Amino acid sequence: MENRSLVSIAGHSKEKILYLLEMAKEFEKNPNRKILDGKVVATLFFEPSTRTRLSFETAANRLGARVIGFTDPKVTSSSKGETLKDTIMMVSNYADIIVMRHYLEGAARYASEVAPVPIVNAGDGANQHPSQTMLDLYSIYKTQGTLENLNIYLVGDLKYGRTVHSLLMAMRHFNPTFHFIAPEELKMPEEYKLYCRKHGIKYEEHTDFTEDTIAEADILYMTRVQRERFTDLMEYERVKDVYILRNDMLKKTRENLRILHPLPRVNEITYDVDENPKAYYFQQAQNGLYARQAILCDVLGITLDDVIEDGKKY
Amino acid sequence: MSNNKQALQVAALKNGTVIDHIPSDKLFTVVNLLGLQNSDSNMTIGNNLESKKLGKKGIIKVADRFFTDEEISRLSVVSPNVKLNIIRDYEVVEKKQVIMPEELKGIVKCNNPKCITNNEPMTTIFHVIDKESGILKCHYCEKEQSKEAIKLI
Repeated sequence: MENRSLVSIAGHSKEKILYLLEMAKEFEKNPNRKILDGKVVATLFFEPSTRTRLSFETAANRLGARVIGFTDPKVTSSSKGETLKDTIMMVSNYADIIVMRHYLEGAARYASEVAPVPIVNAGDGANQHPSQTMLDLYSIYKTQGTLENLNIYLVGDLKYGRTVHSLLMAMRHFNPTFHFIAPEELKMPEEYKLYCRKHGIKYEEHTDFTEDTIAEADILYMTRVQRERFTDLMEYERVKDVYILRNDMLKKTRENLRILHPLPRVNEITYDVDENPKAYYFQQAQNGLYARQAILCDVLGITLDDVIEDGKKY
Repeated sequence: MSNNKQALQVAALKNGTVIDHIPSDKLFTVVNLLGLQNSDSNMTIGNNLESKKLGKKGIIKVADRFFTDEEISRLSVVSPNVKLNIIRDYEVVEKKQVIMPEELKGIVKCNNPKCITNNEPMTTIFHVIDKESGILKCHYCEKEQSKEAIKLI
């Protein structure tokens, strides 16, 4: 059988991305269905991630599937020294699909090679988190009406931020202009700038973050600047308040601007922004449900036509 | 040094393979990569021999052994300029050069401690991104590493 696992979005074609977004759109029209009736979805969280797990489990439950799994590896056999392969092989006997989060990089790729059932990567260490990228793309698509020719501003920790790297790579099909706004210590790594140049993606770098820098933005993607990422704590003290978005910075911004954040937020977006109609991070999280419903169906071989047909029943 | 003395250092082969132009400091790595330490073939290993190209070189002569292309490609990560002469009936019948393959399986260790390959009993796979500069990318954790930083399994 063809391996339909979703490990990384980097290999997805433009058509495949747009196809999955269309499917997510169908699920948004009606997220409560029985299209996965009789299926068992396993959610294996070798590292806790409540937000992602709840989102996947809700997606599965609302499609009529049943969910098994664990949320804490301390209670499983992997704490007794069982290999990942053995755990995956065992669970494959029970479930039709495995959603897994792991603290080691490459774990999902490996699991997808040994498992007889499809694997959905719900994050492997600092490597990939494709369902987050899909919901980011869906949020951009939904709010802007297109993915083409957008000005996307990435703010905060661009060095370690897995989500910004995946988003950047997935956007290569859509002629974006990126603006990287980060402190010196956390700026976009050279390998991703090289990636941009190789794929003809336009980008500019900034260290200042003011209302003028963001005036032309269509999407403002905020991330958290974490203290533990700094080798130089003096530098942290100097920049910690620079990359905070306040409501009064949004005055000059475009009407269509939307503010995204992968959450959890700490202090990088002040609470007065929440009331601004340009704030979109909570709806963004909700879009994760539809994006994940599309992902679950796609890896199980359910097509967009199947989903549309099924939608007529309700 | 006379030709005669050089000839004495390494005996002539009837049938087998001569692996020449091995950098001296890589000689025993090459031995390991080809598993020659476990071979019971008649074998001559010379090291720190004079070489115009390398200054000093190593050489391995193995009787009645002919290496597959896969085996030869393993050498590419340590010494890409190695030459192999295939000998039949005292004559060189074929010369082979080491070619960097597209993929290295089970040869290189990933230098990312958080990579699954360093935490699970499994075979590593690397994709060769740039043959010229020897940049490899781990198939699993997707981290790139350069040839200089490579550790062998």
